[in-house]
Amino acid sequence: MLYWYLPPHMHKARGIMNVLGKLENIASLSGHLDRVWHVSWSPSGKLLTSCSGDKTIRMWGTQWNGGQGAQGIDWTCKAVLQDGHSRTVRRVSWSPCGRLLASVSFDGTTCIWSQKNAEFECITTLEGHENEVKSVCWSPSGSLLATCSRDKSVWIWEVDHEEDDYQCVGVLSVHTQDVKNVCWHPYKEILASCSYDSTIKMFHEEDDDWFCVHTLAGHESTVWGISFDKTGTRLASCSDDKTVKIWQGCHPDCQDGDSFRSTAWKCVCTLSGYHTRTIYDIDWCKQSGLLATCSGDDTIHVFQEDDVESSHQPTFNLMVCVKSAHSEDINSVRWNPDGSGLLASCGDDGIIKVWKYGQC
Amino acid sequence: MAASERLENVNPTIHRRLAEREPTVDEENDDIVDKIDAREIFDLIRHISDPEHPYSLEDLNVVSHSQVEVNDDENWVKIMFTPTIPHCSMATLIGLSIRVKLLRSLPPRFKVDVKITPGSHASEEAVNKQLADKERVAAAMENNHLLEVVNQCLAVS
Repeated sequence: MLYWYLPPHMHKARGIMNVLGKLENIASLSGHLDRVWHVSWSPSGKLLTSCSGDKTIRMWGTQWNGGQGAQGIDWTCKAVLQDGHSRTVRRVSWSPCGRLLASVSFDGTTCIWSQKNAEFECITTLEGHENEVKSVCWSPSGSLLATCSRDKSVWIWEVDHEEDDYQCVGVLSVHTQDVKNVCWHPYKEILASCSYDSTIKMFHEEDDDWFCVHTLAGHESTVWGISFDKTGTRLASCSDDKTVKIWQGCHPDCQDGDSFRSTAWKCVCTLSGYHTRTIYDIDWCKQSGLLATCSGDDTIHVFQEDDVESSHQPTFNLMVCVKSAHSEDINSVRWNPDGSGLLASCGDDGIIKVWKYGQC
Repeated sequence: MAASERLENVNPTIHRRLAEREPTVDEENDDIVDKIDAREIFDLIRHISDPEHPYSLEDLNVVSHSQVEVNDDENWVKIMFTPTIPHCSMATLIGLSIRVKLLRSLPPRFKVDVKITPGSHASEEAVNKQLADKERVAAAMENNHLLEVVNQCLAVS
């Protein structure tokens, strides 16, 4: 099955037609008994993790069945992680080393899972948030973990990998509402968070204390997803206001703390008119630079930056729009970090799909 | 609800109920595909009980046939509801009950939007935002106490 689509106004606006992309559905994975909230690839890109309202985490992988091409690859469920959480598992995040997995739940806790003899075991449970934990993310070095909650706070945990010990080193209560998501800078200890209060905030450590250094205001409703580009100088966000915004911050050559604080983040591009309902997630591929979005309108969109334009006013082209990519709301999209152009998605229909991006 | 001694709206106006719907000739013909219409959606929600009075949402004019919009081909339903008083603290709970009833009754392809009739509530925007946030609705439905209250509103008396 192939899909491609360019809205009519873009034909008019552009003299030369770009090469369009296509997304081919190569696997549909079922097994969860409730909606699937989030998908996450392991750092090697070999395993895909999903989590659900059925309180479990599933681990998916491939095996060769002797056939050729995509037909020769079978996707199967390799493991089911249960008994860690008593309510919906909202999100999971792999440590950069690929040895640990963190999961957060509406039960208010964070579980750390470790791989032992091909099985995953819950080794630690982190408590502290007052209610539902919405998101979790490991820092690029693996030494910090961030969580956020409906209790309006973002927590930063320091990890002692030798002792498997997790110490809370920062409780950041600057959002005025439910914090939906947290995301680390691709290689620095800078954290971004987004909230039901319609803002995005950025945090940085100074003199052993964590501070909010930037507030990015512009969205008109809940910000659900945020994703840095590979340089960390730009951030993409998606919202209940049905738009995607691209924010530009400090220059790559002024990366010290002081200049990070002094460089303002500005919205340099707004993509609107593509999605007709809430955009629940966004992922900026660190290899290809492609932006994928998914929405309550059951579509997946892929955008690519127009490289002719100046970096101060970037423009993005829609490369592909898959209509009815799932039969219900789509909650998450994630590019495989191995650069193969594989995209995973999941939705309220309980299904996880794997797509292969290519050019027409 | 136990707090019957402290009613917010002490003397609500009771409105006339709509007559039972008569099935049309087409609906009794099995060869014709019936699309879901506004009256059918209204029939699903009209009997939901008010959280504090022994009346239905229809009796109190919180929901009405004319405030239901549906498009079966495009898979969406829009409901407006009107709290009996502009400071009604039950507004979110009423909206949640309507939402849960429709989530349980309609095929999953439907997108359901439940909103307050514009101008009828002091915190209209905040209530609408809360009802539209499916993550918060999902978390609410895992709260046993809240689920019990919603189920009571949905129980056919």
